[in-house]
Amino acid sequence: MLINQFLLLGAVLFCIGVYGVIARKNAVMVLMSIELILNAVNLNLLAFAMNMNGEGSADGHVFALYVLAIAAAEVGVGLGLVLLIYRNKRSISLDELSEMKG
Amino acid sequence: MLAAETGWFLEHAYLIPVVPAVAFALIIFFGKRMPMKGSEIGVASMVTSLVLAAGTAYQWIERVDFFSPAGDNASALGGFGRAFRLNAEGATFVQPVINKIVWWQSGGMEFGLGQHIDGLAVMALLLVALISTLVQIYSLEYLRGDRRYTHFFAALTLFSAGMLAMVLAENMVQLILGWEIMGLCSFMLIGHWWEDAANSRSALKAFFTVRVGDIGLLVGTGVVFFAASAYATRHGSNGFSIQSINEWALSGTGSHTVLLWGSVALFIAAIGKSAQFPLHTWLPDAMAGPTPVSSLLHSSTMVVAGVFLVARLYPLFHTGLDINVAGQHFNLIAVIGGITIIIAAALAFVQNDIKKVLAYSTVSQLGYMMMGLGVGAWTPAMFHLFTHAFFKCCLFLCAGSVSHSGSHHSFDMKKDMGGLARKMPITTTCWILSTAALCGVPYFSGFFSKDEIIDNARNNNYQVFFVVGLVGAFMTTAYMTRATYLIFFGKARGAAAGGHAETLATADAHDSHARVPAMANAASDSHDAHDAHDAHAGPHESPVLITGPLVVLASLAVVAGYINAPVWPFHTERFAEWVANSSGVAFPILDHAQFEWVNAVPSIMLVLGGFVVSLFVCRSIYGEARSPLRGITTRVAPLRWVHTFLVNKYYLDALYENVIVRGLVGPIANGAYWVNQNVLDRIVNQAGIGARKTGGWVYRNIDQRVVDGAVNGSGAVTRGSGTALRPVQSGKVNQYGALLFGAAAIGALVLVIVNT
Amino acid sequence: MDVLRNNNALLTIGTFLPLAGVLVMMFIPSGKELLHKQIALLTALATVAVGVYTVAKFDFGNAGKLQFYADTSWIKVIHSNYTIGLDGISLPLYMLSSVITLVVMVYSWDHIPSPGNAKAFLILMLVLQTSMAGTFVAQDLILFFVFFELVLLPMYFMIGVWGGEQRQYASLKFFLYTMFGSALMLVAFLALYWQVSKNGLSGQASFSIPYLAAHGGVLGKTVQIWLFAGMFVGFAVKVPMFPFHTWLPDAHTQAPTQGSVILAAVMLKLGTYGFVRIAIPILPAAAKAWAPWIGGLAVIGIIYGALGCLAQTDMKRLIAFSSVAHMGFVMLGISTLTTLGLNAAMFGMVAHGLITGMLFFVAGSIKDRYHTLEIKRLGGILKQMPRMGWILGFCAMASLGLPGLAGFWGEFPVIVSAYQPFTNTNVFRVYMVVAAVGTVLAAGYLLWLFQRVAFGEPPEEFSGHAPAHSVGAAANDTLHGDEIHHDIHDVKLTEWLAWSPLLLGIVVLGIYPQLLFKVIDPAVQVALKAYGKG
Repeated sequence: MLINQFLLLGAVLFCIGVYGVIARKNAVMVLMSIELILNAVNLNLLAFAMNMNGEGSADGHVFALYVLAIAAAEVGVGLGLVLLIYRNKRSISLDELSEMKG
Repeated sequence: MLAAETGWFLEHAYLIPVVPAVAFALIIFFGKRMPMKGSEIGVASMVTSLVLAAGTAYQWIERVDFFSPAGDNASALGGFGRAFRLNAEGATFVQPVINKIVWWQSGGMEFGLGQHIDGLAVMALLLVALISTLVQIYSLEYLRGDRRYTHFFAALTLFSAGMLAMVLAENMVQLILGWEIMGLCSFMLIGHWWEDAANSRSALKAFFTVRVGDIGLLVGTGVVFFAASAYATRHGSNGFSIQSINEWALSGTGSHTVLLWGSVALFIAAIGKSAQFPLHTWLPDAMAGPTPVSSLLHSSTMVVAGVFLVARLYPLFHTGLDINVAGQHFNLIAVIGGITIIIAAALAFVQNDIKKVLAYSTVSQLGYMMMGLGVGAWTPAMFHLFTHAFFKCCLFLCAGSVSHSGSHHSFDMKKDMGGLARKMPITTTCWILSTAALCGVPYFSGFFSKDEIIDNARNNNYQVFFVVGLVGAFMTTAYMTRATYLIFFGKARGAAAGGHAETLATADAHDSHARVPAMANAASDSHDAHDAHDAHAGPHESPVLITGPLVVLASLAVVAGYINAPVWPFHTERFAEWVANSSGVAFPILDHAQFEWVNAVPSIMLVLGGFVVSLFVCRSIYGEARSPLRGITTRVAPLRWVHTFLVNKYYLDALYENVIVRGLVGPIANGAYWVNQNVLDRIVNQAGIGARKTGGWVYRNIDQRVVDGAVNGSGAVTRGSGTALRPVQSGKVNQYGALLFGAAAIGALVLVIVNT
Repeated sequence: MDVLRNNNALLTIGTFLPLAGVLVMMFIPSGKELLHKQIALLTALATVAVGVYTVAKFDFGNAGKLQFYADTSWIKVIHSNYTIGLDGISLPLYMLSSVITLVVMVYSWDHIPSPGNAKAFLILMLVLQTSMAGTFVAQDLILFFVFFELVLLPMYFMIGVWGGEQRQYASLKFFLYTMFGSALMLVAFLALYWQVSKNGLSGQASFSIPYLAAHGGVLGKTVQIWLFAGMFVGFAVKVPMFPFHTWLPDAHTQAPTQGSVILAAVMLKLGTYGFVRIAIPILPAAAKAWAPWIGGLAVIGIIYGALGCLAQTDMKRLIAFSSVAHMGFVMLGISTLTTLGLNAAMFGMVAHGLITGMLFFVAGSIKDRYHTLEIKRLGGILKQMPRMGWILGFCAMASLGLPGLAGFWGEFPVIVSAYQPFTNTNVFRVYMVVAAVGTVLAAGYLLWLFQRVAFGEPPEEFSGHAPAHSVGAAANDTLHGDEIHHDIHDVKLTEWLAWSPLLLGIVVLGIYPQLLFKVIDPAVQVALKAYGKG
């Protein structure tokens, strides 16, 4: 089993995610893209965990589980924020949300 | 016989300045509530100090006589010429009485505060206490009803405390303490009527000019402290102790360079305080203060502090400046003193203000004292300090008396005076007696002191200064004659003639009853009656509180000389014994001149010549236009020629008349005064203005632009870079994301490059 | 450095007592101004009482040793302890800070500056007192640094809220400038810690000042010079030395009277104290190398400050510039590295605190009455307010170093000591003369000020009792607010109460300086132990 294939898939997913974060104007789409990035990382972690020094290691799996949990929490909070923003602004377009401008 | 060695007064002499210091505090806090507005505290404290000082003087004399091998007959042993070697084996060396407490410490070394009582200190203590007392009594009347009567007495009392603390100072720091307190009081008293801007300017000028000299005092004290420190600590003392400094200077262990610089620095301080050339300009301006102030501070006591400093540390100056040593390069003290004598005396000719004449006269006489010290005539210089205080103080008080009662508060001799001799007989008599003493008329006190200085300059082979002294004596007589003539003789002018016939009558009646108590009892309470007379404008004799001190001082001006009169029929030289022989430290050999009439002739003749010449010139210039004497100048020319010939050997008449008299009265004096006002004074003023301008320039250009600019500049840079980076904070999440990943990518790239 | 471990809690109580007052005041609504003033005053009084008790318990025979020593572990990770102690160097400044706080409290009784809010103002002042006292007792570098920085905050708010027209600018400048200095100082402290623990003989690391003073000498000269440079910037900004002084005139001019007084009387001493307590004993080789430079900057400061004074048109700004000159004398004394110089410098700090504090009080009170400090517009104060005028004259005389008053003892021995410094004798002899010239200039600008402000006739705009502008007077001044409108009155009761301790101190220390020298001298000798018998 070659590690390259996993890594390649991870890289593709990561790039798609990055593209989404940068290019999409819809806040929900951005959140989903972040999920993609996190999953790309998870994939890499699991791949490295399987091929650790030629034998398996539990560390990578533990990491991946952590990331999953945090991703869930993050999406929960993020969607909540998006919901509130929508209620207040009637829009979730990120272009209109630039109050943090310095 | 220990009792003769020390006594209560000698051991407790430190109380003499403490009493007025406490009195000062009392006047400040309670003075205004006292029945006499605090003046009674001042006078009482000065009388107490005087009693203590007198007790100290008495016990000191006992002590000296006890140690003196010849006892009371010491005077029979010889005249001025007796060389006295005063060191460990010399029996005539009397140890000073030194008591001190710890005042401050540094590095475990303790510095004292205390008394150093020797002949010099005792003389000065007695002098200051006496004159302060008299001037305070005089001021009771002179400043009656003044706006700041209480303040005035507070300042006078503080001054006395400062001066007394200075003269008995055990160490240099204490001396500086007294020195500066005197400067403060001088400032306060010159500016006493500070509503007038001119007065406060004079006060500022006086303080500032003296302070310039004080640079030398601070630096010199530092130099001497460290140089004398090693020697002093070996002998259980420290480098501030006056006793140790003197002993060290004589021990020959100090480097000559250090001695030289130390003495030069300290002498600069003396120049400032004693108004010597070129720092003398403040003293005439200081006359802006009330007359008692001029007479106490600016003629008899405070201004002699510089002379006192040189005398106090004489061994230092003596060795540092090679006085009386063959091959001496430059006699700084005598040169400064000599220049001062001449320029100040010349200036006195062109003054119209009595007090300014007296001020220049004071400067000139201080020059004599300095010159005396410079040529090694320690005892005569100190004796001149002693006698000068009496007659100069008296002259000032007379001037005050004239202005108080004769000329309606004016001091202008030409405008408001003349012919007062008849109206103010006591004042006139006192003035003339004191003038005689000042001029050095034989058998008056000034003769025994000033002429000794001149004589010693000759004796110690300082021919130049001998001549300077003679010329000074001549000029002194001439300008004093001029002043006397203008004030008391000739025709009454201005305010002096202002009284109507009826007021004149009252004034005369007033005179007759004022004179009697003046002679009888100075504390008489008849002055209430005089206040009523003050309303009248006409000249009259001053009340008893003014004439009393005048009479005392004038008597002293006459008789004070006899404690050191080596002439027939007295042959006393007790002053030399009490003061000089016991100055607290083993002096080097000072060879004082033997008095002989032959040597005194030149100066006596000059004095006489000065008097006559001046009188003639005055009468012809200031006298009545139609007076037959007006043309006498030409008629008596041969007479004057004889005088000149006798006194100055081969002087030509024309030279004398045209160059000396006219030159002195005309271009030289005016020129000197012009230089004084336009060059020296200007330099002082310009220095002040220049410093202000430089300050302004530095402040505007360097402080505000460069230094401050750098600070503001760094702020501007921060702000500018902030503005430049502001667009980055767009508030757009996508952009932030792009930046984040871009940065991460660059980071990853760097990591890859570094790791490969 | 030896220590005496008697009565450990006393110093802690004395230092933190003001915070107790702050705690109480926090829970009282800000409307009750009188109550706030009472509590603050009481707290300040109690602090001084504890201070006096400390002085009574102080063993003067062992003034060179640290007394009331307390040492508890604080931040274990970096071996920083809560170490406090008091010796002859700290004691006068410790007392000075509490006394100054007390008199400022008294003065604040009816002088709360615009825009009011006594509660916040007084709380800040109490916090300031704790931090100042803490700086003087701290014997651990980190603790010292914490207190040193804590001082800035209350002062920043004091200037920024209660200051004059340009208060924003002044407070920011003050804060930034001093922070910049302390940043470098902190770096130097940390570097010192690492260097000493690396080279230390015992191999143990510590921020304790006595420990570092005993072992700082092991460092190489180059290292020391760099460490000293960092500390120098930190302390010199605080002093302030030329050319780091430009924050001072602005801060002083804009600060409220109370702020100026504390700033001049105590805060400037933090810098010089830092030199005497930390830089000089710990880094002897560097101090020797730096001494001529510090001395040079000090005398430049003396002359430069005096010239600056001569150029001023504002009274308060003039007094502020005079601080530059006076602190120049203190720094010159320190740079001689001799006992005489350091003793005089220590004395000069206390004297300058009393005298310049007093001058700022007077300036503040004059501003209260005339609503201006422009020298040209003032005049004849002696005529309108004789007592105030004479107090001003007295302070001017004390400030120009008149013997018999405290200022002299911070000036004259410094000049003398510069004749025989520890190193570079010839250079310092030049400094000596320059410093002596500085005394003349000091006399010049102070008396010139006095002449213009106090002498002569009062100008017309004030002599006719023209209606004064009521700049928030009624709002702030509940007791005497009305008087300000009607008349220019002489010294008030609260002013007398606030000023008399300072005036008394100036006279007493001037007449009998041994009171202070006796305490300072042994401690200074200990501080200079690394220099041999100097």
